[in-house]
Amino acid sequence: MLRLNLLLIAALVVSAVSMVSSQHRSRALHTELERELTRMRVLETEWGQLQIEQGALAAHARISDLAETKLRMRAPDPNRIIVIDSTEAGQ
Amino acid sequence: MKFAHNPLLAELLPAWRARLMLIVMMALFGGLVARAFWLQVVNDEFYQRKGEERFSRVLPTPASRGRVLDRNEQVLAMSTQVSAIVAESRPTRSDAKANPKDIGAEKLSPAQIRQLAELLGMDHREIARRIPENRGRSYLKRQVQPEVAKQILALKLPGIRAEPEYRRYYPHGEVSAHVVGFTGMDDNGLEGIELAMNRPLTGQVGQRRVITDARRNVVEDIEVLAPPRDGGDVRLAIDARLQFLVHSKLKQAVTDHKARAGSAVVLDTRTGEVLALANWPTYNPNNRDQLSGPPLRNRAFTDTYEPGSTIKPIIAAMALESGRYTFDTPVDCSGKLFFGRASIGDAHSHGTLTLAEVIQKSSNIGVAKIAGTFKPSEMWHVYDQMGFGSPLRLGFPGEAGGRLRPAASWKPVEQATMSYGHGMSVTLMQMARSYMVFARDGDLIPLSLTRVDTPQVNGLQVFSAQTAREVRRMLEMAAGPGGTAPKAQIPGYRVAGKTGTAHKLEGGAYANKYIASFVGFAPVSDPRYIVAVMIDEPSNGVHYGGQVAAPVFSDIMNATLRATGVPPDAPVPALQMAKNSVTGKEGW
Repeated sequence: MLRLNLLLIAALVVSAVSMVSSQHRSRALHTELERELTRMRVLETEWGQLQIEQGALAAHARISDLAETKLRMRAPDPNRIIVIDSTEAGQ
Repeated sequence: MKFAHNPLLAELLPAWRARLMLIVMMALFGGLVARAFWLQVVNDEFYQRKGEERFSRVLPTPASRGRVLDRNEQVLAMSTQVSAIVAESRPTRSDAKANPKDIGAEKLSPAQIRQLAELLGMDHREIARRIPENRGRSYLKRQVQPEVAKQILALKLPGIRAEPEYRRYYPHGEVSAHVVGFTGMDDNGLEGIELAMNRPLTGQVGQRRVITDARRNVVEDIEVLAPPRDGGDVRLAIDARLQFLVHSKLKQAVTDHKARAGSAVVLDTRTGEVLALANWPTYNPNNRDQLSGPPLRNRAFTDTYEPGSTIKPIIAAMALESGRYTFDTPVDCSGKLFFGRASIGDAHSHGTLTLAEVIQKSSNIGVAKIAGTFKPSEMWHVYDQMGFGSPLRLGFPGEAGGRLRPAASWKPVEQATMSYGHGMSVTLMQMARSYMVFARDGDLIPLSLTRVDTPQVNGLQVFSAQTAREVRRMLEMAAGPGGTAPKAQIPGYRVAGKTGTAHKLEGGAYANKYIASFVGFAPVSDPRYIVAVMIDEPSNGVHYGGQVAAPVFSDIMNATLRATGVPPDAPVPALQMAKNSVTGKEGW
């Protein structure tokens, strides 16, 4: 009888301690999750800004301006274009 | 003396006193138990909630507005998180009692305000004015860049906080402004697609209840009150490449001709998609200060004009369809056509023309005579089928329907003027769409501003395929030598189209101001694109559609065909020369 009681007390203590520790771990994990979620939002914001930046840098207005002024490119005259038959080109 | 015989002890207390004591004590215990029961069982939930309220908070879960993309996933509009800088004041009655945590923005020193003003790029007096005197909060500045907000928070100024909010960016700026539109401060669509598609674009901010510790870290999620839902992306039919080409060509033309305004649209004949839509003047949606006035108008949708001669091919198609006319039926176009006191004439006298030549030379007398052989109701019915007189209902805000009066009220002279596009009004978009009938084999498919992946194969059949093919030939003649618009030609491609030059109505009378337009398609052997151009009040010497609008059409169509890699269907005259130069080992 005594032995059983001791056993039960031990089990009780173990369960109580593990309960506390798991509660603690859950909170720690949750804090970490929150931190990661915040980081995700920050990264999302950054990704958005990069997309916008890319959009602005790749805007056709800018590209065409750079091509014409910096690289001195222009559309070829029609008589400088040779049309290749696509079926012929494949051979 | 024995204690046992203490007479005081011998004196027995009355039994009822002990019992009374017992009852009183039991009653007190009972009270405690009842109270405990009251707290723990009956009102358990109430107190549990109260306790949670001390530590639990409702946090919003941010949700962003969806993006607007072009047909190739290029970003046309996108939201990104920025901050609103907020000042919170909470003055207490006596400063001695004030908890350092409870000091608000009202305690900012002039030096701190100046520091803040510098970071925000504002006047420090303006900031001082905005800080509320009484308990309360107000925005100092909205839509602040995250880096700036971070610097401000690093100053750790009392009562100054940063609240997350979204700002919308339009990387292509003015180029696609009229299609995409813009949003207000609160990220709600106000114009264009942003307004038309506001519902699918809008995200739903979520809410969750959490438990926080003393340092306000979230330690536990209790429940999700509302899950956040990000807004969906909208994929437009617009091709950003073409949009830019159309925008720049149109801008060039309006400037060259000292015109008041202009519009141009590009349609895909196979899918009904609006590939490009540009207006001039335009505006930069990223700059909030200029978001008002006439530049905001998407003229291709909201402004109506008298189409002029661009409507004539419809009468030619009706003539062919009736069986009374063929491609070569002669029509007497000489002199003038009288309706009572009113008369109709041509700028140049033509003599007798074939039906095809009536379109090629754009004879008012010719089409008016042909139109006279139809009942007003027949003409009205075709115009109505072509989509004139009622909005296209693409969901675009403020779309105009144009004016097409009921046939019963038409007088003969009005029927005649309507045959060459006066006395009725249309939008450029309606005009462009109506040419779908000729570019396709006589049927009309609905237009779409959003990308179409499974196009409608057969639309509303207005004319027979045979009629459509013959009108195509007439329109090719109109854009060829001897037509009204040889300037519409593109080397290497067969093009077809019709000019329009209409007087503008001012106060009910025709003024000496014009609208020059051109609607056409290419390549004629298998039409892929329809381009419609409208230039409002060209005033640099020339005003005819063939001189003003046709070259713009040619530029836009040429760029469109090149950019999309449509194979040429006409020989380039100088091709041989170029080949020779290659064999001649010219360096290129």
